[in-house]
Amino acid sequence: MANKRIDEPTGTETVGHEWDGIEELDTPMPRWWLWTFYITIAWAAVYVVLYPAWPLISHGTQGVLGWTSRGQLAKEMSAADAARQSLREQIAAIDVEKLAASPDLMSQAVAGGAAAFKVNCVQCHGSGAAGSAGYPNLNDDDWLWGGSLPAIHQTILHGIRQPGDDQTRTSQMPAFGDILEPRQISDVAGYVMSLSGKGPANAAGAQIFADNCAVCHGADGKGLRQFGAPNLADAIWLYGGTKQDVMRQVRAPRHGVMPAWQGRLDPVTIKMLAAYVHSLGGGEDFTQVTETPVEQSNEQP
Amino acid sequence: MSNPDEPKIEEGVVKTTQPVSSAVADAVAGARRHEPHEPARQHLPEKLYEPRRAVHNKRIDGPFRRFKWLVMFVTLAIYYGTPWIRWDRGPYAPDQAVLVDLAHRRFYMFGIEIWPQEFYFVAGLLIMAGIGLFLITSAVGRAWCGYSCPQTVWTDVFQHVDRFIDGDRNARMRLDAAPWTWSKALRRAFKWTIYLAIGFWTGGAWIMYFADAPTLVHDFWRGEAAPVAYITVAVLTLTTVTLGGFMREQVCIYMCPWPRIQSAMMDEKSLTVTYKDWRGEPRGSLKKARKDPEHYGDCVDCLQCVAVCPTGIDIREGPQIGCITCALCIDACDRTMAEVGRPRGLIDYATLEDCKREAAGEAPRPVWKTLLHPRTLIYLGIWSALGLAMLFALGTRSRIDISAAPDRNPPFMLLSDGSVRNSFTVKLRNMSTAPRRMKVTLDGLPGAVMWTSTTSREAAARSIETTVPADATAPLRLYIAAPKGTGEQPFSFHLVTLDKQAERDTAKVTFSGPGAGG
Ligand code: SF4
Ligand code: SF4
Repeated sequence: MANKRIDEPTGTETVGHEWDGIEELDTPMPRWWLWTFYITIAWAAVYVVLYPAWPLISHGTQGVLGWTSRGQLAKEMSAADAARQSLREQIAAIDVEKLAASPDLMSQAVAGGAAAFKVNCVQCHGSGAAGSAGYPNLNDDDWLWGGSLPAIHQTILHGIRQPGDDQTRTSQMPAFGDILEPRQISDVAGYVMSLSGKGPANAAGAQIFADNCAVCHGADGKGLRQFGAPNLADAIWLYGGTKQDVMRQVRAPRHGVMPAWQGRLDPVTIKMLAAYVHSLGGGEDFTQVTETPVEQSNEQP
Repeated sequence: MSNPDEPKIEEGVVKTTQPVSSAVADAVAGARRHEPHEPARQHLPEKLYEPRRAVHNKRIDGPFRRFKWLVMFVTLAIYYGTPWIRWDRGPYAPDQAVLVDLAHRRFYMFGIEIWPQEFYFVAGLLIMAGIGLFLITSAVGRAWCGYSCPQTVWTDVFQHVDRFIDGDRNARMRLDAAPWTWSKALRRAFKWTIYLAIGFWTGGAWIMYFADAPTLVHDFWRGEAAPVAYITVAVLTLTTVTLGGFMREQVCIYMCPWPRIQSAMMDEKSLTVTYKDWRGEPRGSLKKARKDPEHYGDCVDCLQCVAVCPTGIDIREGPQIGCITCALCIDACDRTMAEVGRPRGLIDYATLEDCKREAAGEAPRPVWKTLLHPRTLIYLGIWSALGLAMLFALGTRSRIDISAAPDRNPPFMLLSDGSVRNSFTVKLRNMSTAPRRMKVTLDGLPGAVMWTSTTSREAAARSIETTVPADATAPLRLYIAAPKGTGEQPFSFHLVTLDKQAERDTAKVTFSGPGAGG
């Protein structure tokens, strides 16, 4: 026990420690501080009773208020859903081709579609919807089945070559490897390349094309949408645009599959997706609807 | 600090040997609110806080008091009245002359509208206010403190309320000392109700700056205003009553940093309220002075200067931090001097330099001469240069803006005819108070055309026109198709308004492409 003593100038007892002649006074803690401390202790006790607090072996104490963070999240989510409800109802009530006539609804649908796209579509079409070989680029203006709002909507609803859906988009190109000679395949591929200005035309290829391909792809090779037959005269190639790519596709065509989203996603989300895909820049049949193409916005910079 | 002037006077020290600078040194060291004869404390103070002694200042009339009245009326009228001034900005903007519209992040001041990104104007105003304070302080000392500081103005208001209800100085001192009776309690309750009303009015005027005043008043009384309005009024009512009604000079002496800063900015060329001790000391009552006119100075020790002082100090102890230079003591002393038939100005505005000069027997200089010295002129120069620069910037600033952000994913897109497409999100900003028709034109990028998300590609052209609503930023999605083989290259969007002003702005961007042969 260190020797305690009373400090003369202040009249306070020292705690008995001394460093180089400096002594520590045993000054009591300030009362306001103590009271604050006691109140926090009381508050902690109340908290433990009211809220989930104490970890046990398999679960924790529940708290008499029955509050949980999951419950709070669910409540906030349903509140957010409720806030969106009227918008969803409006979109549900409107035909997809009429969506563009109401710029407000359209812009909301595009925003909702962008979110749904990131969850459901990016796996195949890429995060920027630019696709890759075999997976169509949705930004460009080349549409196998049509790029108007209703056409896009139909494609999303029923998918491409989706078994079990009788309204699905289906096209089938015969494998000409069994029908044509390799020489003929090379000729027709050369002719197809010439349609989009890559390489010279050849008469043999033209004849083969007219006999075998024009039925679906049209005499000028510009494709036919009702058959889902691609336009061969443009610069866009789903399976690659070199002569080798084209020859392979003539010999043994590949056919992509897209799921039908009807039944997996709700109708409103599908409409929103259609609106979003249409908005990517390649959408067709857009009727100009607004006098001034800019929506009122108070968005802050 | 521990060496008051009195002993010297008793010893009959020759007037001129008492240097003014010693009083200045005392003042700089801190407020002197202890008794003059109190011995210096050797140990720890028993109390860290000295209880407030109420200041009951006496009513006085005189040129400075009248000037103070004038400043008080003008500043209060500006404060309470400004939000009610209307200003017609057309149908798209509020018609309140001065409005801080936090919800829409706009600041309106008569014909000027400030957007958040133009906040440098507000920053410039604050800098000007700062330099203005330097200027005023170096020229006329603590004039801000004495006349136009809100604490001073509202304290003055409350002191007039005291005087109106409890009577002048002596009556108030008597009432303060009197035991609590029903009549005293009633009187106090009445007075504090008036305090509260003033506080409420003050807080109420404040919120008017942040919303349309007539609407807000209407909503406020119907209980329909935003909660923050009620909270603000409550807080400001309380602070006004506490600071102006009860704390008063304590705010100036203990809470406010300005006195310290201002003391640091004053020099021997700054005007300040000074007691001319070489003329007044040794002081003595009129009777004593009559008996021995050779020995006594001009101060007849009538204590009027102390009685009228709103901060309750004795200016005869020298310049001190408690003095807000309101000059009421000058009015009081001049009146006494007139009564006893001596020249006015025993207490007067003077610079420390002039004090020395006068103490040495020279004639006082005219006040305007004291205002012109290099420091004041330099501050004035900087201040006006800033003001002119801001006026220039304000006059030439643009009310439109264009910014463009390219899509990065994918950076470009090949179209079926081989052309290259880029997409941009372009923001058109219209900072004026009416919708404006604007034209965006491609500058560079030969052969390219553009269209928007709401026009069809067939309508693509080198330029598009659109109307941007008043006071808004309009996002525009632009698709640009450039001929086959276009490679990466810079170009710009050129914006021009299709009205008389024909304001212009340009956004420089880069077009992405595969390049020739791609
Ligand atoms: S000493 Fe004089 S100038 Fe200073 S605050 Fe008091 S009355 Fe005003
Ligand atoms: S008012 Fe003038 S004369 Fe009277 S005490 Fe003050 S300084 Fe002296």
